[in-house]
Amino acid sequence: MIRDRTWFSRLFDSLNYLFLAGFAILCLLPLVHIFAVSLSGRAPATGGFVSFWPIDFTLENYEQVMGSRNFLRSFVISVLRVLTGTSLNMLLVILTAYPLSKTPRVFKGRTICIWFFVFAMLFDGGLIPSFLVVRSLGLLNTLGALILPNAVPIFSVILMMNFFRDVPKELEESALIDGASHWRVLWHIYIPLSLPAIATLTLFSAVNHWNAWFDGLIYMTDTANYPMQTFLRTVIVTLDLTQVGINPQDLQRLSDRAIRGAQIIVATVPILVVYPFLQRYFISGIKLGAVKE
Amino acid sequence: MTFKQYMKRAWPLYVMIVPGIVFVLLFRYYPMYGVVIAFQDFSPAKGFARSPWIGWENFEFLFSLPEFGRIFSNTLIIAISKIVADQLGAIILALLLNEARRIFFRRTIQTLIYLPHFLSWIVLGGILLDILSAGGILNQALRSVGMEPQLWLGSNDWFRGTVIASGFWKSVGFSTIVYLAALTAINPVLHEAAAIDGAGRFRRIWHITLPGIRPTIVLLAALSLGDVLQAGFEQILTLYSPAVYRTGDIIDTYVYRVGLISAQYSLAGAVGLFKSFIGFFLIVISYWLADRFAGYRIL
Repeated sequence: MIRDRTWFSRLFDSLNYLFLAGFAILCLLPLVHIFAVSLSGRAPATGGFVSFWPIDFTLENYEQVMGSRNFLRSFVISVLRVLTGTSLNMLLVILTAYPLSKTPRVFKGRTICIWFFVFAMLFDGGLIPSFLVVRSLGLLNTLGALILPNAVPIFSVILMMNFFRDVPKELEESALIDGASHWRVLWHIYIPLSLPAIATLTLFSAVNHWNAWFDGLIYMTDTANYPMQTFLRTVIVTLDLTQVGINPQDLQRLSDRAIRGAQIIVATVPILVVYPFLQRYFISGIKLGAVKE
Repeated sequence: MTFKQYMKRAWPLYVMIVPGIVFVLLFRYYPMYGVVIAFQDFSPAKGFARSPWIGWENFEFLFSLPEFGRIFSNTLIIAISKIVADQLGAIILALLLNEARRIFFRRTIQTLIYLPHFLSWIVLGGILLDILSAGGILNQALRSVGMEPQLWLGSNDWFRGTVIASGFWKSVGFSTIVYLAALTAINPVLHEAAAIDGAGRFRRIWHITLPGIRPTIVLLAALSLGDVLQAGFEQILTLYSPAVYRTGDIIDTYVYRVGLISAQYSLAGAVGLFKSFIGFFLIVISYWLADRFAGYRIL
């Protein structure tokens, strides 16, 4: 590594460190502020006296949120959605990507299959026809409406396929000669060798399911079926705190701002928990797609 | 090899691909067929097959609406501003991160600036609605230094700027990843040789680092063409209000309101088809450009 020791270069280094640190803190400050508000009492939160440190520290906002049946119900729906939706996504991504990773000689019809999927990725039927299809299939107000329409994330299939194509062919050929079926080859060779890619795509799929809210808004006509982010929308965006089902006397003592803050933080915690794992994998995940030469 | 011999070996491949095909047929191709509602006077009771056909009437009506020009230009203005801000910001941040030699510092900064990308627009929107409100922390800070508080989300003067800035907040950190990956691929020998020849730090950035990531810049510029109609539906739906429809209403939010709130399926379907159609060509052109100028292929 080259080291410049000119004063100008050193000055640049210091300013650079300062700027980057400042920028990163700026990215984070809004979250810190909401966190501080969520831990504050009614008067300072409502009056806007809280900046980045809680005033009149209290955990009661969180107790109220965690004690709210409606909030917990939506939380459970979201967890169910993440578990089933992510499993379905990964099952289909792997099963679809494997045949597509073969040459047209091994998998006759590969070319037409590829275009079938790519065209489906590029041309979007649009919101209204998709909604009408989901409704006509009788999926409204079911978990199916949240996990089936995007059961095959095509871009992930393409990433997985490209990853599978880099698996050394010799391994597969010798296994096939020894009489192994494609099922065994997929299970015993491809999947173990592709674990980093699978982990990346799994995490991305889980985060997407956790964060999704618009499908919940349009496909659930009964608010009791809302996943958590959709539920939060009614509380945060339309400011309808009655939805939370906190009893009015308690609300007298607390700030609705602080309660909203507490809900935002609770919705963020699962992301923060998986974030270190995401970090570890997503660099390789991005590389396998975006900067493929 | 006979067909029977071939199938004896290959049949699992076909079994594997069937579920994916079924799902895509049902949830991607069936809605594509559903775009026929744009040419129908659609009623849900009659369905796609039996609703009466009315030709281009929905489109004629759509193009005559005063809202149409507005949502189209809002979409383009917001989306293009976002792309430019995001890519320029990401390039600059990536270059600066690349100059920061302390690995621990760099990792920490990366961890912090990637985070907003993984939060939903409901979470970020909830935060923004709070801090940008009339009595929110931003306006308080402005007041304390003697500046005018503003209605960041409620006034047509500020709404687009707020959308672009908050979009930047969410995406710019994560957008640096691709550039950082390209930067690590630059051979350090080039830098060493240039340094021996007496090139200073900024000359090396200009003559080695920047040319080194030029293919990536070209690639992302080409691919971003596919996004010029994506102004950020979830973001705007979370942040906007009727007061800012003039500057903030985009194609997607309009389709949502007309189609799913007012149940004018055919009109909304026509707007949606218009967007899908243009969007399809934009993506195809962007992939072609990416292949032509950066040698990028997704397949």
